[in-house]
Amino acid sequence: MRSKLFLGATAAFAVLAAGSVILPDWAMFLCAMALAKGLVCLGIVGMMRGGVVSFGQGLYYCIGAYTATLVANSFGVSDIFLLTLLSALACLLVGMAFGPLLSSYRGIFFAMLSLALSMVLYGSLSKMSVIGGTDGLNIAAPTFLGWAPEGRPLQTALYIYVVAIVVIAGTLMRIYFDSEQGLITLATRDNELRVEYLGASVRNIMTYNYVFGAVLGGIGGTIAALALGHVDPEFAFWTTSGEFVFVAILAGYLSVPAVFVAAIILELVRSFSNLYFPNTWQLALGIFLLVVIVLLPNGLGSLVGRRKGNAA
Amino acid sequence: MTRTVLEVRDVQKSFGAVTAAKDISVAVPEGAVFSLIGSNGAGKTTFVNMVTGYIKPDSGSIRFADRDIAGMAPRQITRMGIHRSFQIAQLCNDLTVEENMLLAGAIHGASGPSFLRRAHDPEARDRAVATLERFNIAEHRDRLVPELSGGVKKLLDIAMAMAGDTQIMLLDEPTSGVASDEKFPIMDLVMEALRSTGVTVIFVEHDMDIVTRYSERVLAFYDGRIIADDAPDEVLLDPEVQRYVTGTPA
Ligand SMILES: Nc1ncnc2c1ncn2[C@@H]1O[C@H](COP(=O)(O)OP(=O)(O)OP(=O)(O)O)[C@@H](O)[C@H]1O
Ligand SMILES: [Mg+2]
Repeated sequence: MRSKLFLGATAAFAVLAAGSVILPDWAMFLCAMALAKGLVCLGIVGMMRGGVVSFGQGLYYCIGAYTATLVANSFGVSDIFLLTLLSALACLLVGMAFGPLLSSYRGIFFAMLSLALSMVLYGSLSKMSVIGGTDGLNIAAPTFLGWAPEGRPLQTALYIYVVAIVVIAGTLMRIYFDSEQGLITLATRDNELRVEYLGASVRNIMTYNYVFGAVLGGIGGTIAALALGHVDPEFAFWTTSGEFVFVAILAGYLSVPAVFVAAIILELVRSFSNLYFPNTWQLALGIFLLVVIVLLPNGLGSLVGRRKGNAA
Repeated sequence: MTRTVLEVRDVQKSFGAVTAAKDISVAVPEGAVFSLIGSNGAGKTTFVNMVTGYIKPDSGSIRFADRDIAGMAPRQITRMGIHRSFQIAQLCNDLTVEENMLLAGAIHGASGPSFLRRAHDPEARDRAVATLERFNIAEHRDRLVPELSGGVKKLLDIAMAMAGDTQIMLLDEPTSGVASDEKFPIMDLVMEALRSTGVTVIFVEHDMDIVTRYSERVLAFYDGRIIADDAPDEVLLDPEVQRYVTGTPA
């Protein structure tokens, strides 16, 4: 029932928000980045439910980050709510432009086409010296409805902000996954012919999922840019997109919280292996993913989520 | 006189050198039960595919609800009220029986599928189970599709197609892949469920006992043409039909 969902969301918010008190600076930053990236991955999971995987979600991560930065630097906007809204809007528009095109592709073609779009953006940004070229741009610390914290309070505010967005987005996506349209998405992955012959448009449902993924990607990119204070074309680079896919596969499509758990795991593994075996951490990550795929083919989410019946 | 609900006129379709439909013309009265017979490759599925939009005829018209539907997308034709089942049941294997039915209900629902309304809404489930009960497969509701027998799959396929506001139902070999002792019970169930809604039925069938028992008119296909079009008894006595379709000499 819905009440269970809202209870879960409240609990998730409480637990995550408690991090702002307990966690040291570095860990809070790590979690904020992981949650921001988790938003992007949640978008991929939405597409995965329909049977496609975007290898180019860096596109929206990057568009979101640059939109916020350019708006902040050109118009002096620093309000985090406004910046997030504008980036989401920009990604909504771009998503709506490319969605109908991509929605007729499946499998490797969908993956490669989305990758190609992101690499075009990467290439263009790298060449555009007016907006920093490969060096990128800096973005000033955000304000929160007029409040301009600094130091630890800024970190905390940013962290609480991303936690709130994650909980809201996660709840909305869960509602969507469990909805009638969500069921059509699952059915599309399974049997497109059946879906069309029931009278639903497979292309439309694919477009919706793509556009939702775009918006989530943009929000994630905005928050990441604000947390880092910096954006560069790497946001759209294929390795960035690859990490998002990694998290989505690690999480599976059964559980929304699993996406954010997976995102945090990735950040932790990256930080620690970077520290202890700087040259082989990708190897560690690869082995880790392999083990998960073998042991939990439906991802971490299958430890808690049930596909059948009433997922919470 | 009953109204003509579907009128196919001079329809042609070739796949390269193969003529799958040649000069196909037929008028189907509302509420009628038609059957299509013919040997393998005679063009029966092609007929169903053209009426339901899977294949666009090379020429000719298919009139339904005052429109020429030839070449329209399956989705549009479905929304207009022509539904079908498949020679090989088309189901979602990762979903349970009930979820397959919920899917059909969600798409056919009056307000269209929602982004917010739960697919497993209690009311929707009641409706799904009621339809499953009509087809006598409610007991399988929690099972996944791959665990089902051929007969149950066929019934579910038909039940899903009947979830909407169906005016014409085309069944492509409803009893193929079904154990022989299940064929009549299944047809009884299906025909009873369909008749109670007043829907027009066109079914493809190889078993002549079923054809005689359930249809009032038979179209016999051979080599993409309709070689006979009459009441079952008449068609089965037709020498051409005996030669090319039933293989029973007079
Ligand atoms: N999509 C297609 N592409 C090429 N040829 C096709 C296609 N669909 C049907 N055909 C050909 O058209 C002819 C009629 O096929 P159809 O499937 O309509 O036969 P049928 O009467 O349904 O036979 P069966 O009893 O085996 O199901 C066959 O020769 C078939 O090979
Ligand atoms: Mg056939």
